[in-house]
Amino acid sequence: MSERVEEVDVAIVGGGPAGLAAAAELRRLGVARVAILEREAQAGGIPRHCGHYPFGMREFHRLLRGPDYAARLVRRAEAAGVVIRTGTTVTALGPGGRLTISDDRGLATIRARAVLLATGVRETSRAARMIGGEKPGGILPTGALQGLVYLNQQKPFERPVIIGSELVAFSALLTCRHAGIRPVAMIEEGDRATARWPVPLLARLFGIPFLARTRLETIRGTRRVEGVEIAGAAGQRSLQTDGVIVTGQFRPEASLLREAGLAVDPATGGPEVDGWGRLSDPAYFAAGNLLRGVETAGWSWAEGRRAAHAIAASLRGDLRAGDRPRPIALDHAALKFAMPQVLPMAPAEGRGLAPSLQIRLATPARGRLCLWQGDRLIAYRRLNHRPEQRILMRLPTIEPNAPPPRLTIE
Amino acid sequence: MAGARTYDVAVIGGGVVGCALARRFTLDGARVVLLEKAADVLDGASKGNSAILHTGFDAPEGSLELQCIREGHAEYLDIHARLNLPLIRSGAMVLAWTPEELDQLPELLDQAQRNGVADVEPLSAADIRQLEPALAANVLGGFRIPGESLIDPWSAAHAYLRQALDNGATLMRQAEVRRGRRVGGQWEMETTAGPVRAALVINAAGLWGDEVDRRLTGESWFTIKPRKGQFVVYDKPAAALLGHILLPVPNKITKGVVVCRTAFGNLLVGPTAEEQDDRIHATMDRAALEALRKRGEEILPALRDQEITAIYAGLRPATEEKHYRIRADQAENYITVGGIRSTGLSAALGIAAHVARLAGRREQTLSDPVWPCMPALSDEVRRDWQQSGNGGIVCHCERVTRREIEAALTGPMAAGNMGGLKRRTRVTMGRCQGFYCSAELARLTEGRLSEPMLAGTRRDE
Repeated sequence: MSERVEEVDVAIVGGGPAGLAAAAELRRLGVARVAILEREAQAGGIPRHCGHYPFGMREFHRLLRGPDYAARLVRRAEAAGVVIRTGTTVTALGPGGRLTISDDRGLATIRARAVLLATGVRETSRAARMIGGEKPGGILPTGALQGLVYLNQQKPFERPVIIGSELVAFSALLTCRHAGIRPVAMIEEGDRATARWPVPLLARLFGIPFLARTRLETIRGTRRVEGVEIAGAAGQRSLQTDGVIVTGQFRPEASLLREAGLAVDPATGGPEVDGWGRLSDPAYFAAGNLLRGVETAGWSWAEGRRAAHAIAASLRGDLRAGDRPRPIALDHAALKFAMPQVLPMAPAEGRGLAPSLQIRLATPARGRLCLWQGDRLIAYRRLNHRPEQRILMRLPTIEPNAPPPRLTIE
Repeated sequence: MAGARTYDVAVIGGGVVGCALARRFTLDGARVVLLEKAADVLDGASKGNSAILHTGFDAPEGSLELQCIREGHAEYLDIHARLNLPLIRSGAMVLAWTPEELDQLPELLDQAQRNGVADVEPLSAADIRQLEPALAANVLGGFRIPGESLIDPWSAAHAYLRQALDNGATLMRQAEVRRGRRVGGQWEMETTAGPVRAALVINAAGLWGDEVDRRLTGESWFTIKPRKGQFVVYDKPAAALLGHILLPVPNKITKGVVVCRTAFGNLLVGPTAEEQDDRIHATMDRAALEALRKRGEEILPALRDQEITAIYAGLRPATEEKHYRIRADQAENYITVGGIRSTGLSAALGIAAHVARLAGRREQTLSDPVWPCMPALSDEVRRDWQQSGNGGIVCHCERVTRREIEAALTGPMAAGNMGGLKRRTRVTMGRCQGFYCSAELARLTEGRLSEPMLAGTRRDE
């Protein structure tokens, strides 16, 4: 059996908004052989099973439902001459852009001059959250619920409880509504909804009690969910319910990176990237929610486009190797992550992935967010934010000979 | 008893022990029926264990348990390749973390020698750190047991049963034994799947062993005291941290918390040992799982940066006494195989051989039995996703192909429910726990499981 080996200029792992945007843009920039490797039967990514609004304002200047938005992104990439290979799973990331793939024909190797990783995110599972109880049917992440409701037209339960109140909980609510499912409650460990708008408003509108400072402790049921135990300020109590929707706490789908020994930032769960979105192996780039959980489809799309410019520059030989990358030190307990993790010498060079530093907090904080290099304040901004809120900061120019940058809150 | 089919041997209970018994008696020439009350086999105690093939180095000296583990271990080594079952010869280390534990090591080493496990090697703290560099620095000493291995706990049991079925045995699922009596030298049993007649009945009902004894003989000479074990499973990159199975110095109740890889390339920490009366509900609780995670991180500090993939709890069919409760009533042609509390996976083949000797039946041993080739689920071997015509990967985390799922839904041992499909293929057992593949699985399994996936009925649109 001879092993199949194929060559492309750019291989893009994952055909969601970031990957599709990057692919189309790379073709527009004149890169000849651009292939998207998509493990599902159809490209489009998560929006494919978000059968609700609003998608597409940034990309198409109109309001679309997720599946229509995904279909448009796919058509645009195909029209640009991108090869989309569905049913194709990348199983290993080799040094220098050598990918091992699996499809119906078995194993093959793809050699790419550059690889964009755009594998997205998944929700943190019930198991990873260590929610106790039993393992009956009817415990679903939002992603699985959407698949069952929008792709299969199924109704897995009647009266589930929704765990979490990030923006994706909004999607869970709309998905339930679409299927005629009536959630009994939405519960959140924090003292208020993570997404300030529109989640609490929508829950109220649908007549669903929102329980803050409440944690799901135990799931009861043998064959299917029969009830849950929740713990709040008033103590522990039972809720009668026939399902549990475990939403949010998105984490990058980064296992391939870990297995390949590419540097992973424990804070984001995604790869360590420099200002161009380049990984520790410079043949690899990343864009979209793989970089961090979680941003909107539109945001991921824009990151994909910027990554295309960085990759095109890299293929032209226009990107200097980051000979002395400067990792950013996080110097305050409230800081969860800063991405890119590594600042290149001259961010003005090329058109970088991130026009800004993306920052998230672990706990609410206010004050002044300061980026120091030694005793020089190279960037700052006012801060009054909560976790999960997007915080941006201008990506500054780094002094090559000064100490590594340090981010803090004053 | 009209309509009852007649067998030489009826085995009650489709756990790993029941499956091994069905295989043994079938290969020895008997017409065997296996009766399982659930929609699929391995639905009770065999559902959740630590997936280790033990050597018996620490089993009670001179015990039947030791004999069965030794014999079962040897037979597994003998047959695993023919059945395409994995065997990862990781070896184990018993580790002492306190001076008290260190003091116990010489006695444990002696016991291993007396138990016939002669190849144990004492290790200094420096030896241990050299063999397992990711281990916490405060380990004081230990010893190595080269023969302890990792296996696939479900494929092994499935293979035993499959070999029985391929050689003429019958599997009846959703067949709970209600009552039975002896009529004219035969057992006549009433089950929820109809009447069954057999010359010899073997009770291997695990968590329900005492109850089945009562239903058939009117009494039971032991009482099941379920002992719950909770486990935490880490994602595959964590498996690179470790080679050996790490065992603590055991106490009287349990082997204690084990840290080891799995045959599927994950890393597992567990079990707890919690006595309870309930034999149905294996309830996990956050505090116990957090304690396991903490213990795991104390042993392997790098686990702090690793992701947890799965949590589970199993019930061990312990009894009021520590030893196996195996007894044959020759006059009544009834054998109880009870109290196989935590070494059932290692000992199953040995238990089956022992019970066959107890039964003393004289049939014609099959001269050229069929050897089924089990699907390769361990990452140590070439998996289906690496081969042509696999139909594409459906479950991405565990790389389960459409062809594998299709195979698990067909044939004489087709999956009966989602649990059975998971154990046969590993679908949804990976890091995303169904985030990506639930919808596709709902489509693939529609109308094909006797206990369907709870995905809801399709709405007309």
